Amino acid sequence: MVWGVVQFPGSCDERDALHACGLSGEARLVWHESRDLDGIDAVVVPGGFSYGDYLRAGAIARFSPAMEAVAEFAAAGGPVLGICNGFQVLCETDLLPGALLVNESLRFVCRQVELDVAALSPQEGGKLDNIAEQTLSIPAKHGEGRYWAPDETLDQLEANGQIAFRYAPGHNPNGSARDIAGVRNAAGNVLGLMPHPEHAVDAMTGSTDGLAVFEAVAGARA
Amino acid sequence: MNAPAASSPHRELGLTDSEFELIVEKLGREPNGVELAMFSLLWSEHCAYKHSRKLLRRLPTEGERVVMGPGENAGAVSLGEDVAIAFKVESHNHPSAVEPFQGAATGVGGILRDVFALGARPIAILDSLRFGEPDSVRSRHLLDGAVRGIGHYGNSIGVPTVGGEIYFEPTYEHNCLVNAMCVGIARRDEMVRAAAAGVGNAVVLIGASTGRDGIGGASVLASAELGEGDEAKRPTVQIGDPFEESKVLECCLELLGKGLLVSLQDLGAAGLTSSASEMASAGGVGIDLDVATVPLREGDMEPFEIMVSESQERMLAVVEPGRVAEVIAVCEKWQTGGTNIGAIADHGLVRVLRAGEVVGEMPVEALVDGCPLYDLEPAEPEGWIYGNEASLRGDATPAETLLALLASPSVASKRWAFEQYDSIVGSRTARRPESADAAVLAIPEADAAIAVSIDGNGRRVACDPYAGTVEAVLECAQNLACAGAEPLGLTNCLNFGNPEKPATAWQLDRSVQGLADACEALGVPVVGGNVSLYNEGPDGPIYPTPVVGMVGELPDPILTAPSAFAAAGDAIALLGPFEPTLAGSELAKLRGELDAGLPQPDVAAVAAACAAVRAAVRAGKVASVHDVSDGGLACALAEAAIGAGLGCGVDLQHLRERGCSPEEALFGEGPGGFLISGEAEKLESLAGEGVAVLHLGKVGGETIEIAAGDRSLSLPLSEAERAWRSLGAPLTG
Repeated sequence: MVWGVVQFPGSCDERDALHACGLSGEARLVWHESRDLDGIDAVVVPGGFSYGDYLRAGAIARFSPAMEAVAEFAAAGGPVLGICNGFQVLCETDLLPGALLVNESLRFVCRQVELDVAALSPQEGGKLDNIAEQTLSIPAKHGEGRYWAPDETLDQLEANGQIAFRYAPGHNPNGSARDIAGVRNAAGNVLGLMPHPEHAVDAMTGSTDGLAVFEAVAGARA
Repeated sequence: MNAPAASSPHRELGLTDSEFELIVEKLGREPNGVELAMFSLLWSEHCAYKHSRKLLRRLPTEGERVVMGPGENAGAVSLGEDVAIAFKVESHNHPSAVEPFQGAATGVGGILRDVFALGARPIAILDSLRFGEPDSVRSRHLLDGAVRGIGHYGNSIGVPTVGGEIYFEPTYEHNCLVNAMCVGIARRDEMVRAAAAGVGNAVVLIGASTGRDGIGGASVLASAELGEGDEAKRPTVQIGDPFEESKVLECCLELLGKGLLVSLQDLGAAGLTSSASEMASAGGVGIDLDVATVPLREGDMEPFEIMVSESQERMLAVVEPGRVAEVIAVCEKWQTGGTNIGAIADHGLVRVLRAGEVVGEMPVEALVDGCPLYDLEPAEPEGWIYGNEASLRGDATPAETLLALLASPSVASKRWAFEQYDSIVGSRTARRPESADAAVLAIPEADAAIAVSIDGNGRRVACDPYAGTVEAVLECAQNLACAGAEPLGLTNCLNFGNPEKPATAWQLDRSVQGLADACEALGVPVVGGNVSLYNEGPDGPIYPTPVVGMVGELPDPILTAPSAFAAAGDAIALLGPFEPTLAGSELAKLRGELDAGLPQPDVAAVAAACAAVRAAVRAGKVASVHDVSDGGLACALAEAAIGAGLGCGVDLQHLRERGCSPEEALFGEGPGGFLISGEAEKLESLAGEGVAVLHLGKVGGETIEIAAGDRSLSLPLSEAERAWRSLGAPLTG
């Protein structure tokens, strides 16, 4: 298993993601100007503030050569995980539906949250359904993490089993629609979530529940 | 501030007549405009430390573990053979009082640059903030802006904010304090000093372009009292760009990793002027800079503006001529600036050129070391010189008193603030804010961990500058002990009023002596620091506020105890030479009873208690440990109980045998107290030579029950928690 972690100027959590990926295989950084994903089995688009995120989170990163390569990789069925800023980038790139808006509190928030792993139906392309745990304790930290999509899109996502994670009752830190913390594409190989599984891979830093997310993505080739 | 006089440009720039005469004497002629601007900045209090440098010579700065001491961009201590931990605290008080968001943001940016200038990757930020009471609109505005600014910069650049403290006192109403501390990790063989070296070497400016922002920040803003019309000083506050800094940081670390730089210095206060002069001074060389080569934001900038601009996110590097192209290529990779703007020379001058023509020429020595150092004229003031109005009724019951203390903004939970900071990026944070008394960070590179704490209670220093400053050092040492850590080094930021006033001079003198004595007694070297003077508003000076940051070492990040109780049924005990009194306490403040004077701390006894706690934590003998601080033992018990969601029942009778009244036992303050919990036999085994352990009671139930003679109290845990968590609501409204 070889992981590629995309690095933009302004990425913050790329080394954390690299470490987390390294626990289940090899991992290397992919520079934002590179289109080279040769030999990579799964891609992580990590957290941070790509290109400063001054315009709108992820709005510039979508135009990078690396993201063009990631879009082709995803279209060919390759597993892609977007975390926080990576989730924002995947939404901007139209690899995932919806958008991430400024938190309801209008403030950055950093706290441990409980996630309910949404029931995934295998016949709907549920390639992420090998997460055995019902709830995961994972930290969230973001200023623009309020998931939003039109109601009809949300209905469709629910019907398709594309809601991957919801904040457990009382844990929604940002006002996300229907408590949605993470979604995946219809094919099931692209997953994005706001909380940070790469910061939950070691009991020393608080939790190991994030490991399950990486394992699920590793097995999510469409 | 001196009265502006159109006929005396040097006065407008903050120089006295005699200082101006000295400049003329050193140059042998009158300075031109460029030279005068540069002198005025380097001879400002902010850059020259002209009222504090003599005092600072008292501080112990040497130790086995010191890798870099005062005089470098930051201090550093060794952690194992190969790794060094760099750290420094710095103030950004006046910019934050004028424009809190950008003032605090650029304060963080500046301290980060100080640390990566050494070749250290920043791994943690802590901040120490002081504001007026939160019932004032101005204080809420300053607090909100400062917290957002710190978060904006630290979160965006990917360095976790792992700890800090916030105090609210009326004396900070006009002049808030924003002190930021950064901790970094370096490979010792990749570290670099700030001294310029090698005649003929190139001087490369790395990072952002230079604009008109922050002109005169160090002299006009940082070295004078605040007063009417400060809004007009907003243009002297710099604007931060964390994205640019993130690129500059990665670029500089890559350059140092490849061994491409001879030396590196950040551009902070006084911009190019101070960086170039200080690098030249440290290296005993001269420097030529051509301002025509400096990339500008506005094309029509004058040479003096380019030399004094405080535009952020810039670094100055000395590079061998043959490697300049490689350096610029790395800058291009990181999409940041890299421009050859000058050269190291052997003429001992700072020469400013414009397209080859000399527009300013000054001996390095005159600029950097020529500023006269002033002796203070201290005089001890009589009694308590600050106001203090009662806010708590005299007949409040003990339970009401505890609730009032828990809700007091300086004691209450600061979750509202620290949740706005990313505290976990970097995967090193073993203890998040408020889960332990010190932040704990894993350092797998050295197979070890560090604990970091930042402290300083200005009110107690106001009561007794000597004892209060000793207590600040002890508080840090106690916090580290709670994490099982042994102190390695200390940094400090001395925030005081106008040193030309005798009472402030006396506070400064006594405080520095306390700092020196406490560090000496604990064997902790001072490896760096910062002085911020003239912190006064129209209503007078701030409380004298030395802020102490301490870094300690522990063998394993797992071997730390939480501050909250762990399990029902555990025994609770008090360890250490804690002899509480109401002098300078939070309760004395609420009652309007503040007065001069504090008991003199017994540093050796506290050090022995710290050693015992450190050993107990490392051996896993305590399930929780929390140092007894603001609000006394009752507040420490409540905090440990709230954090665990478990009540407690204790009897303070044994403490009263130390001669304190029931009220002092409950709410009195003083150094040396550790609240510990765990198995009763293990706790008792911690008593030893010079270390007392008093059994207090047990963890459990849903109330906080404290027997203290005629002041006994019982309080439902939920009520205590509501009071302790009450700070956020009025701030977000």
